[in-house]
Amino acid sequence: MKKTVFLGTLAVAGALAGVASADTLADVKARGELICGTNTGLTGFAAPDASGVYQGFDVALCKAVAAAVLGDSTKVKYVPLTGETRFTALAAGEVDLLVRNSTWTFSRDTDLKFDFVAVNYYDGQGFMVKKDLGVTSAKELDGATICIQTGTTTELNLADWFKANNIAYTPVNIADDAEGQRQLVAGSCDAYTADASGLAATRATLADPENYIILPEIISKEPLGPVVRHGDNNWGDIVRWTFYALVAAEEFGITSANVEETATTTQNPEIKRILGVEGDLGAFMGLDKEWAKRAIAQVGNYGEIFAANIGESTPIGLARGLNAQWTQGGLQYAPPFR
Amino acid sequence: MAYAGDAPKESFRLSMLIYDTRFRSITIQVIVLILFALFVSWILNNTVQNLAAKDRGFSYDFLWNRAGYDISQRLIDYTNDDTHARALLVGLLNTLLLAFFGCIFATIIGVFAGVLRLSNNWLVARIMTVYVEVFRNVPVLLWILLAYVVLSETMPEPKDFKVTEAMIAAGEQPKAHMFFGSIALTNRGTNIPEPLFDRSLGNIDLGIFLVSIDLLAIIAVLVASFVAWRRLNRHAHVVQDATGVRPVTWWKSLLIWVLPIVALLWALGFHLGYPTFKGFNFTGGINVAHAFTSLLIALSFYTGAFIAEIVRAGIMAIPKGQTEAAYALGLRPGRTTSLVILPQALRVIIPPLISQYLNLTKNTSLAIAVSYMDLRGTLGGVTLNQTGKELECMLLMMLIYLTISLIISGVMNIYNNAVKLKER
Repeated sequence: MKKTVFLGTLAVAGALAGVASADTLADVKARGELICGTNTGLTGFAAPDASGVYQGFDVALCKAVAAAVLGDSTKVKYVPLTGETRFTALAAGEVDLLVRNSTWTFSRDTDLKFDFVAVNYYDGQGFMVKKDLGVTSAKELDGATICIQTGTTTELNLADWFKANNIAYTPVNIADDAEGQRQLVAGSCDAYTADASGLAATRATLADPENYIILPEIISKEPLGPVVRHGDNNWGDIVRWTFYALVAAEEFGITSANVEETATTTQNPEIKRILGVEGDLGAFMGLDKEWAKRAIAQVGNYGEIFAANIGESTPIGLARGLNAQWTQGGLQYAPPFR
Repeated sequence: MAYAGDAPKESFRLSMLIYDTRFRSITIQVIVLILFALFVSWILNNTVQNLAAKDRGFSYDFLWNRAGYDISQRLIDYTNDDTHARALLVGLLNTLLLAFFGCIFATIIGVFAGVLRLSNNWLVARIMTVYVEVFRNVPVLLWILLAYVVLSETMPEPKDFKVTEAMIAAGEQPKAHMFFGSIALTNRGTNIPEPLFDRSLGNIDLGIFLVSIDLLAIIAVLVASFVAWRRLNRHAHVVQDATGVRPVTWWKSLLIWVLPIVALLWALGFHLGYPTFKGFNFTGGINVAHAFTSLLIALSFYTGAFIAEIVRAGIMAIPKGQTEAAYALGLRPGRTTSLVILPQALRVIIPPLISQYLNLTKNTSLAIAVSYMDLRGTLGGVTLNQTGKELECMLLMMLIYLTISLIISGVMNIYNNAVKLKER
């Protein structure tokens, strides 16, 4: 008798050994809420506004996915993650989706078992210094003390770049953007290195941005994009195509303001397919017909999101550059909706 | 009349496992043991299943891959071409350095504060009470951050030390000066002179790191001086016991300590290398980053407050009669404390002191808050992040901290056995 009880207990223990569910879409729908991993605070990309609600360029993608999947862009729970904790949180299933200025690299994609489903911002690593340091090029930083966020690709790029240029530096490994900002302002660091977009965002929040310059050198490629766990391809498709729907919307001139009108008046079959007027693209991913229409209506197209959060009219003032539509000489290029 | 026979042999029944006090405790232990084993196997099973579900292996091969990142504070040579294992070693040595100096300073601060808290001087006793209560009751992370921010915000920037030719022509002084022309306090660290040897004996390569023969020679000479000094004192004791007159030894002691080391330093061509401002930072000399200084200050004072209480408790555990007896023998209060009270109090102090040393060592893992690259910063920080081997790194790190703690504990227990009351 005892033996059977023992074996029974073992069997129960085995059954209880929770394995992270492979169907994220079903989980999100059952929960009625999307859990999105974001930056702890990077103005323009992901930072709480005056009323404590997360806003920004990266956050908009979380909202778009929530709008497509759940029908409501506000049904998102934001989990602020540091450079160190983000991948562990995603791997452990604490977040459904990670949109946190994360660089797409080979080892993260393969060895860490993640999928980078798209690139929402093409970036590169730069340096910010105080103007009165008298430095105009990163190559003049020989012997400088450089603040760097730990757990990022920038850490490795920095080591490689200084080695390639045969100059020395002293790294100061800091935990987050706020600490980097403090040390740069206090003069504990001669330079602060991060993604150029992040530097622009940091500079915009300083009290005296005119006293800081971003050096011209861009020392790396940093394709930043949304990340999901490897193995749940349908969920990856949903995030990927929600993003491309926003990019395509800009290309076709669909905005949050005219999306309803366009849906009724358009003669373009591709627009009809995107907005669910014709065909049923959403069904292939387990969504309804109007998934993309809701996303565009509730958060706007890619261009609108860019302009509202980090564009040239904002304090951050980033030019579209590489992130312009392919028709404008940029790299943002949505595959056909067919 | 016949004695009653033996009590009828009771056959073993299953219910006796619970109702018979002879078996009950064993039954409970067995059940708890089984439950515990089940719990452990569940955890292991869960881990294995989840690793398999994620298609992730478990291996420490990554330790031998190129690390690729730089570490600014290090005791041994390290470049970004070295392996993760070497980065681990760099971090481990940084942890040990911090723990070593932290334990020494915390002990000194704690003993002083503990003794002074019992002082008859009202003001001194109250000041020590305030120190102990303030440091003991605020989380150590806040003290670390406070020390770091104060150091990095109040000190001048390195460029304030710069003297340009235009400034010399205009007769201007730089904004900041070095102390004694040799120590520079900047908002990044403390730059102190370094010992240099013109006629250095070189290094021994141990494979993992280099050991300076100069340093070994200096240690050897100091040990020899110590042995000679002990013999001199023992001789003085013998003479005192035999004749009642203690021979004068102070100038001989001085000679024994000073002469050999000076001769050695002269032979090695010892001189100091001063830090000089060049480019963005000071070069030359030894740069002690504020990250280290602030950690050392905060950990020493924080743990010192606990040690002060332990010392106070130890002293108060010694009966008042001991002090009175010492006074009756004519010992002054200072000597009473150092010769009579403290040696006895040590027996009470050592065991809880071990815990404080262990706490301090484990608290060094807060170092990443101020960018000090200790074991948690290298193995548990950058390496973990760049390789994504969370489980492997965490387990290895826990094992290393466990080993360090057990070693400290073991050494302190040996010392405890040496000073404890020996019953004959």
